[in-house]
Amino acid sequence: MSKIQIKDYVRETNLIQSRLVISSIVVVTLCLLLVGRLYYLQIEQYSHYATLSQENRISFVPIPPARGQIFDRNSKVLAENLPTYTLEVVPDNIADMEASLDRIARLVELSDADIERFETALRVRPGFEIRTLKSGLTDEEVARFAVNQHLFNGFYLNARLQRYYPFGPEMAHVVGYVGRISATDLERIDRNAYRGTDYIGKLGIESHYERTLLGQSGYEQVETNAHGRVVRTLSRVSPVAGKDIYLNVDVDLQRATREYLGEYEGAVVAVDPRTGGVLAFVSNPVYDPNPFVNGISTKSYKLLRQNSGRPLLNRALHGRYAPGSTVKPVMALAGMENYWSPQEKVFGKGWFSLRGSRHRYRCWKKQGHGWLNLHDAIVQSCDVYFYTLANNLGIDKIHEFLTRFGMGKNTGIDLDGEPSGLVPSQEWKRAARGQPWWPGETVITGIGQGYTLVTPLQLAMVTATLANRGVRNQPRLVKAVRDSGSSVIQELKPNTLEHVSVRDQRMYDLVISGMVNVVHGKRGTARRSGLGAEYKFAGKTGTAQVIGIKQGASYNEKNVAKKFRDHALFISFAPADDPKIAVAVIAENGGGGSRTAAPIARKVMDFYLIGPPPPPEEDTPKKDDAA
Amino acid sequence: MLRKFVRHLDPPLLLSFFVLSGLSLVVLYSSGGEDVDLLIKQGVRILIGFVILFTVAQLSPQTLQRWAPYIFSIGLVLLSLVLLFGIVGKGAQRWLNLGLFSFQPAEIMKLGVPMMVAWLLTRNPLPLRLRELAMAAIIVVGPTVLVILQPDLGTALLIAAAGILAIFLAGIGWRLILALTAALAAAGPLMWTLLHDYQRQRILTLFDPWSDPLGAGYHTIQSIIAVGSGGAQGKGWLNGSQSQLEFIPERSTDFIFAVFSEEFGFYSAVLLICIYLFIVGRGLFIAFNAQDTFSRLIGGALSLTFFFYVFVNIGMVSGSLPVVGVPLPLISYGGTSMVTLMAGFGMLMSIHTHRKLMPQ
Repeated sequence: MSKIQIKDYVRETNLIQSRLVISSIVVVTLCLLLVGRLYYLQIEQYSHYATLSQENRISFVPIPPARGQIFDRNSKVLAENLPTYTLEVVPDNIADMEASLDRIARLVELSDADIERFETALRVRPGFEIRTLKSGLTDEEVARFAVNQHLFNGFYLNARLQRYYPFGPEMAHVVGYVGRISATDLERIDRNAYRGTDYIGKLGIESHYERTLLGQSGYEQVETNAHGRVVRTLSRVSPVAGKDIYLNVDVDLQRATREYLGEYEGAVVAVDPRTGGVLAFVSNPVYDPNPFVNGISTKSYKLLRQNSGRPLLNRALHGRYAPGSTVKPVMALAGMENYWSPQEKVFGKGWFSLRGSRHRYRCWKKQGHGWLNLHDAIVQSCDVYFYTLANNLGIDKIHEFLTRFGMGKNTGIDLDGEPSGLVPSQEWKRAARGQPWWPGETVITGIGQGYTLVTPLQLAMVTATLANRGVRNQPRLVKAVRDSGSSVIQELKPNTLEHVSVRDQRMYDLVISGMVNVVHGKRGTARRSGLGAEYKFAGKTGTAQVIGIKQGASYNEKNVAKKFRDHALFISFAPADDPKIAVAVIAENGGGGSRTAAPIARKVMDFYLIGPPPPPEEDTPKKDDAA
Repeated sequence: MLRKFVRHLDPPLLLSFFVLSGLSLVVLYSSGGEDVDLLIKQGVRILIGFVILFTVAQLSPQTLQRWAPYIFSIGLVLLSLVLLFGIVGKGAQRWLNLGLFSFQPAEIMKLGVPMMVAWLLTRNPLPLRLRELAMAAIIVVGPTVLVILQPDLGTALLIAAAGILAIFLAGIGWRLILALTAALAAAGPLMWTLLHDYQRQRILTLFDPWSDPLGAGYHTIQSIIAVGSGGAQGKGWLNGSQSQLEFIPERSTDFIFAVFSEEFGFYSAVLLICIYLFIVGRGLFIAFNAQDTFSRLIGGALSLTFFFYVFVNIGMVSGSLPVVGVPLPLISYGGTSMVTLMAGFGMLMSIHTHRKLMPQ
């Protein structure tokens, strides 16, 4: 120890000791600060952080409900849920999407459509949401991916239920399809109801009965760790499956009907007049709804859109056609209701002219029908008779009666977007065209030409009303609903509309007897379709012009391009005295109703009332002869 | 023989260490996912720590004073070697592989720097003169910069703190302290440019961790939630959801205090702080009653550095200070810092127990 140090020893000691005291004070102060901070966090803000910590660990995992199935009237499955493996992606968890897709494509076959759809999904939804890259993986692809899963962060293999339509195109225009929930759908739906669900009904029954089919989402309350992995399930609310739906439609009848329609574009609607139940609802051509479920590729969709047959158009519902002569039974009723005597005879001379005009409204039969009463005019479909009748009635009364019959209005079928059709009136023409009504337009309205437009469905319902002698039912595709897991099938009650009551019910007898003679009478326009029938039925042919024919010119089918040929129409119901089925057939560009449309209707009724036709006889097996 | 060893131990400090070591094992069992292997490893480290404590306590303060320049020089050489040949781990070059084991030379400096400063300042009578102050500053800044270069901000901070605290105790004038503080504030922007991006980010998110809840702020937020949700009583041992479900990062090492306060609550946390306060108080008391300047300086500096550890760690875990890699002394899992700490406390015990042997 040096002398100098000894000299300053006391001073040094005091200096350091005072610094130590100061330090102690600082230490205690800082400790108090720490305690204060802990007090703030653990005591004052306790509930706030307790909540945050709960939210941290508890998360809700939605469990989608199984969508209700759709069956036909004989419990054949029309729409079901098939288990399928899907490859799903959370984009935020993937650093280099393009490279990852390249790598995954070596394990799982990715079509251009898959990639295109996925890239669209990438743009429209936020990156932390899971979305499907490919669904319907094969077992081999599942195995290949499962082995390599650890190499693909952000890719997940999930078993899901996917909608499948076993009858494919056959029922597309009825059942419609589900598709992935789009941005537009998201704006109108209750998002909570769709938690965990990817699909929503887009068209047909799937869309109209969305609420019935959907069911209720369940959820699992799970504890997750910081990596989002589920540690354990805390509670579970099971989903409630959607209700199953039974249609009035008979899928076998539906398929046979389309077969009968053959190559013709057009529509056939068959209903049970007693209930309004729709037995067949055919629009031809058709499309397969299955590709729409996961989003059809732009290319395929373009092909469908550009197809000249317009398969996506539901003609039975949306098609609007001039009713042609099929309107005549209703016109006959309209006349009688307005005191036109059924005994009143009109001379069918082949054409009709308004007083003071030289314009000739021609009859389909150039040489004319001669003297006819109302019954015979229906049987032979005399145009001149109905020109005269319409001209006598005037458009106001025609409009009033046709409207009462359900024309020009929605039928109220359980499908979305039904058009109303059109029954012209003076007010309508002034409003729509800004022109007064011309008397000549009344004349052609009498034979279902001019402005009048009906949908095949409306036409079928008009037929059912005729068959019912004025009792109107709302058409119904759905027959019954069943709660999931329940064996009780709740039948839906038919919805009856306002009857078409007339002064005297015998007017119906007269019109129906006319319609019976259309097919069974010697001079009936569709007598060939009535041959050999095992039951008595009633019908009415119709031919709707697609192009106007110039005055003095004649219509020759062979000279007219196919797309300008007349539409063939036929309405009928059977059996005539106890109607069980009413059918409306429209074969576009089919030419005459009697030749093209009536045989189709006959076959449909045969199928429904008698049963499927026996399979065409095959050659007797040769082997039997040998044996 | 044994009695001679034991004579150089300080019972109050020793008792505190036993309590903290036991606590460490209890919390580690929970934070480590009930991993017994982890406990055994930590137990071995604690044992090694106590052996070092005993050993250092046997050395007299005079011996320590003589060794100070050598320890400092060796540390300086090793630090330079680390920069040249060190093992890179977790993005930083901190470890030196010595064949049998690897260690962080920076740890040596936690003791080497305050010892060297104390040694330097004891050579001439206090208070400090400017020339000595400048030399002391070099002794502090040199190793600190070397450690920052690794980069290891936490350790650099502790080394600097140990040196600065020794200088403070040596009686640096208040005016000079003020001037240096002002200079430091001015140098702040310059320091800013020297920091790595992740270090800057840590400092920035300190002020608003919620601005980047899934990025730089994530650790702090989860830690605050853990502490806050512990409440007064805690969620119970092994029941902290933040800890058990791995929301807390580094929960066995730097963030172990979050696990402790989540599972044991506010009162226990205050009790833990009190134990630390007791240790620091005992250390300062020993320094106060030391019989020579070197002992006072080194004893005070080591005690205050120990408190600095505690304060920075708890401040970081409770979201009051930026996230720097400073473990909670004697509780956090980890070997090297345990060894350094115990060596430091060995010195304190040596100071206290050799006192009576000195001629009056």
